[in-house]
Amino acid sequence: MSAANHAAPLQDRVRFWSPGALVMAAMVLVGFMFVVARYIGGLGAVTHLSQSHPWGLWIGVDVASGVALAAGGFTTAALAHIFGRHAYEPVVRPALLTALLGYVFVSLALLVDIGRSWAIWKPMIFWNPNSVLFEVAMCVMIYTAVLHAEFLPVVAERFSQGFKVSLSKHSWPLVALAESVEGLLAFLSRNLNKVMWVFIIAGVVLSCMHQSGLGSLLLIAPTKMHELWYTPILPLLFLTSAIAVGFPMVVFENTLVSASFDLEDELGVLSRLARITILLLGVYGALKIGDVIARGVWPMIFDGSVQGRSWAVEVLFGVVIPWGMLLFPAVRQRRTPLFIASCLIVGGVIINRMNVFLVAFQPPYPMESYFPSVGEMVITGGFIAALMLAYRFTVYFFPVLSPAAKEARS
Amino acid sequence: MELNRRKFLGLAGAALGAGALSAPNRAQASRSYQPPPDAYGCLVDLSVCVGCRKCEQACNQVNHLPEPAAPFDDLTVLDAKRRPDDKTYTVVNRYYTGIRDERNQLAPTFVKVQCMHCQDPACASACIVGALSKKPNGAVHYDVTKCIGCRYCMVACPFQIPAYEYHDPLTPRVRKCTLCFERISKAGGKPGCAQICPVEAITFGKRSELVKLAKQKIADDPGRYQPQVYGEKEVGGTSWLYISHVPFSKVGFQKLPNQPMPHLTETIQHGIFSYMWAPLSLFALLGGAMAVLGRKRDHKKEEQS
Repeated sequence: MSAANHAAPLQDRVRFWSPGALVMAAMVLVGFMFVVARYIGGLGAVTHLSQSHPWGLWIGVDVASGVALAAGGFTTAALAHIFGRHAYEPVVRPALLTALLGYVFVSLALLVDIGRSWAIWKPMIFWNPNSVLFEVAMCVMIYTAVLHAEFLPVVAERFSQGFKVSLSKHSWPLVALAESVEGLLAFLSRNLNKVMWVFIIAGVVLSCMHQSGLGSLLLIAPTKMHELWYTPILPLLFLTSAIAVGFPMVVFENTLVSASFDLEDELGVLSRLARITILLLGVYGALKIGDVIARGVWPMIFDGSVQGRSWAVEVLFGVVIPWGMLLFPAVRQRRTPLFIASCLIVGGVIINRMNVFLVAFQPPYPMESYFPSVGEMVITGGFIAALMLAYRFTVYFFPVLSPAAKEARS
Repeated sequence: MELNRRKFLGLAGAALGAGALSAPNRAQASRSYQPPPDAYGCLVDLSVCVGCRKCEQACNQVNHLPEPAAPFDDLTVLDAKRRPDDKTYTVVNRYYTGIRDERNQLAPTFVKVQCMHCQDPACASACIVGALSKKPNGAVHYDVTKCIGCRYCMVACPFQIPAYEYHDPLTPRVRKCTLCFERISKAGGKPGCAQICPVEAITFGKRSELVKLAKQKIADDPGRYQPQVYGEKEVGGTSWLYISHVPFSKVGFQKLPNQPMPHLTETIQHGIFSYMWAPLSLFALLGGAMAVLGRKRDHKKEEQS
C-alpha cells in the first residue's frame, strides 16, 4: 500500500470549466429543477410510476446500475492491495473515487425515489433481517463509510503541507478550526495505513454481499418476473457481472478522463486489466447462458417477444461480442477498440439491470404499462452529470490521477 | 506490518474454521416462521354475491376514505375492470364467463378484490423496516410511522395490492385493506364489508373454521361449486378465502404456487447470514490472501531493489 504513486492534483494543468463541464452544469441545473418539482407535486408529478409498476428508471439505472458500475472500486482494490499486484496502483485511486462518488449518488437517487425522503434513517433503527433490501441498505451504508475511509489518505496527502490559504487575517476560531482539522489529518495520515487493510478487505466483503443482494431483491416475486431472468442464481449473476464490469469501467473512465484532461492514459495497465476481464466476463457469460439452457427456458429468447429480444441484445452486445473482441491482443492494446469493448460491457450491465428491474417485471394486473417519463430521464441525467462534475472537481484539487506516470516509468 | 499480518493469518485461519463448522447448521436454521394459529379471515362465496357494491361503500365509510367520483349505487362502474388503489381498499369486478341463468340470459359473476392478508406475506418479508407485519388476529398490518416509502412491498406482493399515494410530496402512505384491524380487535367486531353484505356472501370468522366451512359447502353441493378453496394453499394460504361456482381462472384469479413467496429469499438470506459465517469466512480468506500474496510481492520487490 505504501507503493509510491505519482498522483497529483490537476489544478495547474487545465482549466476547470471546459465546455463539457459547462454542459454538465446545465444538466445538473435542469435535473435539480425536476427534483424540486418532485418535492412539490410528489413522485406522481414527475414520474410514470404507478400502482402496478412501483419501481422505474431510478431503481434500474441510478441505483442498480450505479452500484454495479461502482464495482471497479473494490475489484481494483482487491487486485492491487489484496492480491499484491502493485503495478495496478495508478488506477486504484481513480477507481476508488468512481466508487465513492457512485455510492454517494446512488444514495442521493434513492433519497429522491423513496416517498418519505426524510425517513431514510429509519432502517438503522427498525431492522427487518428477513428483508433483502435491509441487507442491501446496511451494506451500502457501511460500504459508503468504508469508501470514505479508504479515500481519507488522499485528502490527508492533499493537506499534508498545511492549508494553502492564509488564515491569519481571519478570526481566531477559524484558525483554531483549521489547525485542529490539520492536526486530525496529520494524525490520520500517520496512522491510517496501519489499519487500512481492515477497510480494504471489509470493502470487498461488503461489496460481494450487496452486489449479490441486489440480485436477490426480485427473487421474492417469482410470479411477476419473466422466466428468462427469474433464476435462483440471480444473486450470483449480479455478483459475477459486477466483478466483470469493474475493470471495463476503469478502462472507460480512464480513457474519458485522459481525453478530457489531455493526459497520457494508462494503456499498459488498462490492457492488462482487459486480459483479466476475459476470464471474469467469461465466468459471468458462461453462468448467464448456462442458466437459461439448464432451466430449459432458452426457446423464449427466440419467441419474438420484447423480453426475448431484450435478453438477446443484453447478452449478445453486452457479453458475447465484447468478450470475443477482448480475445484479440490487437483490441486490448489499442485505445479505441479497447474503449469500444469496455463501453459494450458497461452498456451490457446497464441493460441487464434495466431488464431485470423493468423489462422482466410483469405485474399480473397491468393497468398501465411503464415507460420512463421525461422527468425521470432528466433527473437521472442530472445525477450522472453531477457525478462527473464532482469527479472533475476532486481530481482537480486532490491527488487522484497520476498524470506523469508514463514519463516517470520511461 | 509484517508482524500484524502473521498474527492476522492465524486469526484468519481460526475464523475460517469456525465459519466452516457453522455452515452445515444453516439448512435447518433457514426458516422458522409460523403463521398465526388464531388468524381471522373472511370466506367469500362468489355464487352468492350480487354485485351491489355495498361492501365498497361500507369500506369507504369505516376507513374514512375519500368520496369516489361515482356514487356507490352507480353500477355502471362495473363495466370496466378496476383495482384497489390509494383511495379504495376494495373493489367488486363483474365477469361474464358464459354461464346462463334460468331465463337463458348471460349471468354475471362478481368478485370482490382486496388485500388477501397472506398467512406468510411477501410484503412483510420484503419491507426494509418491518412496517408491514402479520398480526396474531390475521391482519397484515401497516405501520406508517416506520415506512420510508421504498415501495418494495408493492414489488413483492403477488396479488398486486399495496397502493401508493404518488401525489403526496412528503408523507405518502402505502394504502391497502386493513382487515378492519381496530374493529376485529373488539369482541364481536367484524370488518365493515362482512358486516354490511346484504346477501351474506362474506363470512367472517377464524380462518381454520372458515376452511372447514368452505369444504363443507363444497361437499354438500358438489354440482354447484368448483372443488377448490382459493386461498387455502395459495402462497402458503391467505386469510381471505374464496369458493366459486365458476372456474377461478375465468374470474381474474391467478394460478399461484403453494410455496410462500418469501421462502427462497429468506432461505438465501438466513443461509448466508446465520452467525455471519459467509461474510466472516470471506473476510478471513481475503485476509489470508493479503498476508501471503502481499508479503511475497514485498519480498520480491526487496530482492529487485
